[in-house]
Amino acid sequence: MNKLLANAARDDAEIQALMSGVLGEVAPVSRRQFFKLAGLTGGGLVLAFYLGDSQVAVAQTTTDFAPNGFVQVRPNGDIVIFSKCPEIGQGIKTAFGLIIAEELDADWQRVQVKQAAVNPAVYGRQGAGGSTSIPANWDQLRQAGAMARSMLVSAAALEWKISEADCRTQNSQVMSKDGRSISYGDLVTKAAALPLPDVKTLKLKDRSEYQLFGKRYTGVDNRQIVTGQPLFGVDTQLPGMVYASYTKCPAFGGKVVKANLEAIKQLTGVIDAFVVEGTGLATEVLSGVAIIASSTWASFSAKKQLQIEWDETRASKDSWVEFMTQAQALAEKSGKQPLRNLGDVDGALKDSAKQVSAFYSYPYAAHATLEPQNCTAWFHDGRMELWSPTQQADSSLTLLAKVTGLPVDRITLHQTRVGGGFGRRLMNDYACEAALIAREFAKRQNAPVKLTWTREDDFTHDFYRVGGFHSLTGGVDNKGKLTAWRDHFITFTADGEKPVSGGNMDAEEFPALLVPNVTITQSLLNSATPAGPWRAPRSNAIAFAVQCFLHELAVSAKRDHKQFLLDLLGEPRWLTPGNYRSLNTERAAAVIKLATEKAGWGKKLKKGHGLGLAFHFSHAGHVAGVAEVRVDKNKKLKVIRVVMAADVGPIINLSGAETQVQGAVIDALSLMFAQQINLEKGRVQETNFDQYPLLRMPNAPLVEAHFIQSQYNPTGLGEPALPPLAPAIGNAIFAATGERVRTLPLTKSGFSWG
Amino acid sequence: MTTLTVNGSTHQINNLDPATPLLWVLRDHLGLVGAKFGCGIGQCGACTVHLNDAPMRSCLLPLSAAADQKITTIEGLASPDGKLHPLQQAWIEHDVPQCGYCQAGQLMSAAALLKQKKKPTDADIEDAMSGNICRCGTYLRIRAAIHSAAGNSSKIAAVVGCWTPSGVNESCDSTTLASEA
Ligand code: FES
Ligand code: FES
Repeated sequence: MNKLLANAARDDAEIQALMSGVLGEVAPVSRRQFFKLAGLTGGGLVLAFYLGDSQVAVAQTTTDFAPNGFVQVRPNGDIVIFSKCPEIGQGIKTAFGLIIAEELDADWQRVQVKQAAVNPAVYGRQGAGGSTSIPANWDQLRQAGAMARSMLVSAAALEWKISEADCRTQNSQVMSKDGRSISYGDLVTKAAALPLPDVKTLKLKDRSEYQLFGKRYTGVDNRQIVTGQPLFGVDTQLPGMVYASYTKCPAFGGKVVKANLEAIKQLTGVIDAFVVEGTGLATEVLSGVAIIASSTWASFSAKKQLQIEWDETRASKDSWVEFMTQAQALAEKSGKQPLRNLGDVDGALKDSAKQVSAFYSYPYAAHATLEPQNCTAWFHDGRMELWSPTQQADSSLTLLAKVTGLPVDRITLHQTRVGGGFGRRLMNDYACEAALIAREFAKRQNAPVKLTWTREDDFTHDFYRVGGFHSLTGGVDNKGKLTAWRDHFITFTADGEKPVSGGNMDAEEFPALLVPNVTITQSLLNSATPAGPWRAPRSNAIAFAVQCFLHELAVSAKRDHKQFLLDLLGEPRWLTPGNYRSLNTERAAAVIKLATEKAGWGKKLKKGHGLGLAFHFSHAGHVAGVAEVRVDKNKKLKVIRVVMAADVGPIINLSGAETQVQGAVIDALSLMFAQQINLEKGRVQETNFDQYPLLRMPNAPLVEAHFIQSQYNPTGLGEPALPPLAPAIGNAIFAATGERVRTLPLTKSGFSWG
Repeated sequence: MTTLTVNGSTHQINNLDPATPLLWVLRDHLGLVGAKFGCGIGQCGACTVHLNDAPMRSCLLPLSAAADQKITTIEGLASPDGKLHPLQQAWIEHDVPQCGYCQAGQLMSAAALLKQKKKPTDADIEDAMSGNICRCGTYLRIRAAIHSAAGNSSKIAAVVGCWTPSGVNESCDSTTLASEA
């Protein structure tokens, strides 16, 4: 008997209890109050941080001190920090907590980090993508902590009647020069009565003053994770909830003509079944059939019995085999669209001592987040309330408003922990589907609807990393220096004009800015398959082609790869000073030197072993990697050890940084080894992990992570450690065997795990 | 009517198709959402629970087969007094989870292994854990955490170092690497 179903009363306290850990909160108040307060930003308990506005008074409604939407200090000394961005496994909840706690001089043992409510008016952008969470929020978060600290210091100075300059803080205490101390908790009432200081007057810590950064911290949700508490979107449980599945056309864009809805409705556990027209956009809602049932299993079982007639006249006809033929035909020529043209490539090639040409290709790939797409939506009292594992909390709101036609202030979104993002959940199609299904079902019954995708839905309705092709030619002069670089990049388009999302190449992509003669052109193949960003978008694929090809050129010129790369980087300089997204050759050279040194570059290896190096600059991170592989004569591959060196500025949580590097290495190896999405007649052929294998423990290499703590501001590490791995492995395979792999995945070139 | 014994509590399940996989009975009917749905075909291990102390993929185990057996889920891995299982403790100490979605399944597979083998070798661990996918790639830490929960002496699976730009080791907690796999 379902005890939740048995209790149909929807009382706030109960929902709060049931969903504790899933709900984002702002303050320890009831859910209904929270709505009110969230609506009152600028005048109530939840204070916008972008203030400086004196009209915003500090909350007096509770006994806690909550100077802004990020921090709350309780009279007993507990500190609650609200993390504004989605936690997708990148460790941001812990890192954001630490950034605020560092400036606040908080006792980390007394800090609790909670997911903030979705409220762009308070928090600004609340997304997780592009490894931007740290650099984009670095100042805002530090100011939030510094503001709270400054007010606590003011309160202590008032209490002691001394100057603030004679106070210092440490471990949630204010201390005076003459040896007195008082805990933050004891200052709460006084501090809450003070006006908010002007953000511009806040003094942020100097690097030498950091107490918390750079050490190891375990993730703030770890205890709940290891005890199996409800945290993820798919764990959402609400009284009276029903369970939905949604079935779309296997060929992208096909429309439902008719379906055996009456027969489906007769099946055990099925409550309702209906067609959803959708909006016609893959990023919103495509046409399909919703089945509402009393359990997920009942809904999934009924889904198998669906018979749907599809109108596929306008559906995708994409075929990967066809794409490859088209690309190979184009490879000989240069592309119609110029991306970059500098110097005289033809002339430089003519003058070069060595010339190399090669054709590289990589396939479509799926995100396969381990938590399948899901969202719970509840349409009640003219409002839409949703629980969604999303990477785009704030922009989800606008999207949902568009799709439902409701004003944004009638939509409440709770951001849950996310069981893997990798870029998939930058799209919120599943949330849009849940919203439309819930609204339709609400005509019959007032109940929250949890939509869960099957793994098959997930594989066949992703926003894929598109495949791509590079037809490359390079020239090296008689001093062994790279003088000419030509890349004809063949990618995919949906509109016939520009590449799809995640399928574009920057005109400044490494090494374009470092070679005197460069021509990069682009050709577009038409595709109707939805595409989107995949961890380290663009670079996750381009790095393989470009950094392997650089190795080919080094080999042809009989140069040491490391030295060849260092020469290419040239003089230490920041290409666009002040722009953290611009390559800094000094930082690049430093990570190359560190990775090679730690990996024993140049050491004597056993037969069948090889060392491969690659560097790549992406998402503001300078990262180099060296892989050691063993390949036997049957092409059985073992990756023995990978040494990564990264410069992303000072490390905030060393444990988090290390695990991102390890995860990126394993993810990249998993991707390059056996993952491929094949398209045929507009349909994705791989539907589950048996056909799209993920790397498993026995094949995980040892990973060393080395960090250069440079003086630059910290940047993100969710992505930039991924791109160098595939070329490092490709180059190591070449070193071990003399075989150059130019087509991914490796299984296609005959490799298997050894 | 079916009787299920989960984490020591007995539940009477009425009106459910006996073919319903245990995973969905746990998640949707008993409100125990620790075991996760990842694939539904026995490939990922996210749904792993113990059936009479042996690891089982609950997405494939019909309710009828689970009836009257002893079932343990992640919610029942700690002692009833709240004391964490040594593996849960080690998972926290090694900061194993990234997104965390696979970890209930990983822990249940690891707990079953330690019941079988008090001092597992690397090979034992790889064998027992190879049915569990971690999309985030936490394998190195899982292995290290199992070794440490088993009290195995240092099998170091990872090295981390911090350096100043001029190459001075700010010595975070670098450790030596096991020579070769
Ligand atoms: S959900 Fe059971 S093995 Fe994947
Ligand atoms: S921690 Fe994300 S799947 Fe394992």
